[in-house]
Amino acid sequence: MGDLFLDVRGIAKRFGENVVLVGVDLAVPRGSVVTVLGKSGTGKSVFLKCLAGIVRPDAGEIRFDGRPLNAGDAECRAEFRSRCSYLFQSNALLDSLTVLENVALPLESTTQIPNREIRERALEALRQLDLEKHWDRHPGQLSGGMQKRLALARAIVTRPELVLFDEPTAGLDPLRRNAVFQMIVKYQRQFGFTAVLVTHDLPEALVSSDQVALLDGGRMRFQGTPAQFNASDDPTVRSFRDSAGELRDTVAALRRGETIENRNDL
Amino acid sequence: MKQPKLELVVGIFVLAGLIAVAYLALKIGAGSLVGSETYSVRARFTNSGGLTSGSNVLVAGVPIGRVGAITLNPADFSALVELKLEKVVKLPTDTIASIKTSGLIGDKYVGLSPGSDTAFLAPGATITDTEAALDIESLISRFAFGNVEKKDSK
Amino acid sequence: MTRVLGKYTLRIVRELGDFGLFTSRSLAAAVGSRKLGRRVVRSIYEQGVRCVPVIMIVGLFTGLVLGLQGYYVLNKFGSSGLLGTLVSLTLVRELAPVLAALMLVGQAGSALAAELGIQRNSEQIDALETMGADVHAYLISPRLIAAVLVFPIQTAFFCLIGLLGGYLSGSVVLALQPGVYWSAVFHAVHPVDVRECMIKAAIFGLLTIAICAYNGFNAHRRTSASGARAVSASTTRAVVISSITVLAADYVITSFLV
Repeated sequence: MGDLFLDVRGIAKRFGENVVLVGVDLAVPRGSVVTVLGKSGTGKSVFLKCLAGIVRPDAGEIRFDGRPLNAGDAECRAEFRSRCSYLFQSNALLDSLTVLENVALPLESTTQIPNREIRERALEALRQLDLEKHWDRHPGQLSGGMQKRLALARAIVTRPELVLFDEPTAGLDPLRRNAVFQMIVKYQRQFGFTAVLVTHDLPEALVSSDQVALLDGGRMRFQGTPAQFNASDDPTVRSFRDSAGELRDTVAALRRGETIENRNDL
Repeated sequence: MKQPKLELVVGIFVLAGLIAVAYLALKIGAGSLVGSETYSVRARFTNSGGLTSGSNVLVAGVPIGRVGAITLNPADFSALVELKLEKVVKLPTDTIASIKTSGLIGDKYVGLSPGSDTAFLAPGATITDTEAALDIESLISRFAFGNVEKKDSK
Repeated sequence: MTRVLGKYTLRIVRELGDFGLFTSRSLAAAVGSRKLGRRVVRSIYEQGVRCVPVIMIVGLFTGLVLGLQGYYVLNKFGSSGLLGTLVSLTLVRELAPVLAALMLVGQAGSALAAELGIQRNSEQIDALETMGADVHAYLISPRLIAAVLVFPIQTAFFCLIGLLGGYLSGSVVLALQPGVYWSAVFHAVHPVDVRECMIKAAIFGLLTIAICAYNGFNAHRRTSASGARAVSASTTRAVVISSITVLAADYVITSFLV
């Protein structure tokens, strides 16, 4: 792994008494799609927010494109921000602005491009995501899927080299989920950005990622290719991977009239 | 896009607001004197008690000016009161200036009673024929202690 | 006991410092910010145009009741001719800046605190940050600039409509001669009074809108509540502190200026 685009070592974070991350490592090669898996509440989102600089980690080091990214270095941060986009779980669209203004915003704040060109580039991004005809509506007037596409348009309009996706498929039905993953992979190929995803949709993640990692108990339990993930006999990986099979067995047993002890690891 | 409409409404608001502020400051704030030019004369009083800079100057009940600076004349310890009067009002030289009160507890003002002289007060001239502020407190105390008659009989 | 008191004092001092930093950073960030003008226009619309009805109604009734009460009291002394003086000085010196500011806190300030709180809650402020936008320049500066412009204007509206209210109750409902009322109005108010009134209004505007913005912006820092409860708690706190600040600042400014 000679060309690490993002190299994360020993990220730790606690909120008061609540220790969320103990020491998380992640290696992201340039141009790849890396998916961080994990159960709900294991701190996946917090980890991603540490990467984006929204949450300041208590310890650990992040190297971006070979250079250390420290919270104190404002210039380095600003450069990172202009090369990186973040897709929020809740989309975080600004509801006081129109669709076009939302997409134009990152260009207005990170570049010195004249307004006319910003408008053109924003319209271009909307066209790519098939939202062009809704440019003067407000985000609240769009459907959930369109809002997700709008958020993606806003993320790619700056032509970022790194896009962080926080649970892009949360709360979507299986068809939409597929569509979102398709979209991510398609634009990842088209624009050539590096993508880090956080999700708990195992089958989709295994299909669409170059590498998967598993976060549990505040540490990264596993990182490798989907094939390695499927072959791994690490207990945490196995329980995550085989939960669908377990459910099938349990339901079958219940139907047969057997009594099952309540699971207490939820 | 409704941006131009928004800007229009805001523009109207700001314009109306500026007119309101200007009206308040220039018309109500400065009385009816702004715009019309003024000239100053001085009046010498033995007591200017209660009069303040900005008090009104009236002739026959009509406001024609304001009181300017009030200073002490060190030569004879009298009060020199500057009166800023509207230029259109020309007063005879034998005008009498008196300090009066509107109502029992009202503001003090300077009342001018024009005489019959044909010459007019020039800017900077001094009115010497004056009546000082009525000292209500001493008047009341004299009344209360029954000294009013005595004073008259003297 | 002493320790609790000290802890509490320290917290207040720290928050005051944080608030000062927040406000000065927002004002400084306004310099050279892109499309600031458009956002200021929008803020003027929110604080100005939308609040005109409330200012007009409250101003009119304040004038009406001042005229009514003033007339009855002054009439006892046979000085009903001073009604114009009473109404105009009361309005210009105290009531207009204070009441207009309180009404604006109630309508525009609370809306601002709630809006920022929700934006914080739905990660919109975080999103702005990840997009490299200066959140202070984007969200706060236009509001503060608008407030310094809008509050004096609204106060002037309040004064004028209040004087009209005094006229209505004094001369239309009651028996005072209109000429007596208006000439008293025109001769009672000095330029100094108007200047003081405008300065007060501008300071109230800056303070209250900054307080409301600060509370909404930091809605996520509340430890007692989270989510929608945090937004509502922040909004309540914003309105209460702003209102108290208006009255306290009024006393301080008056004692300095008079």
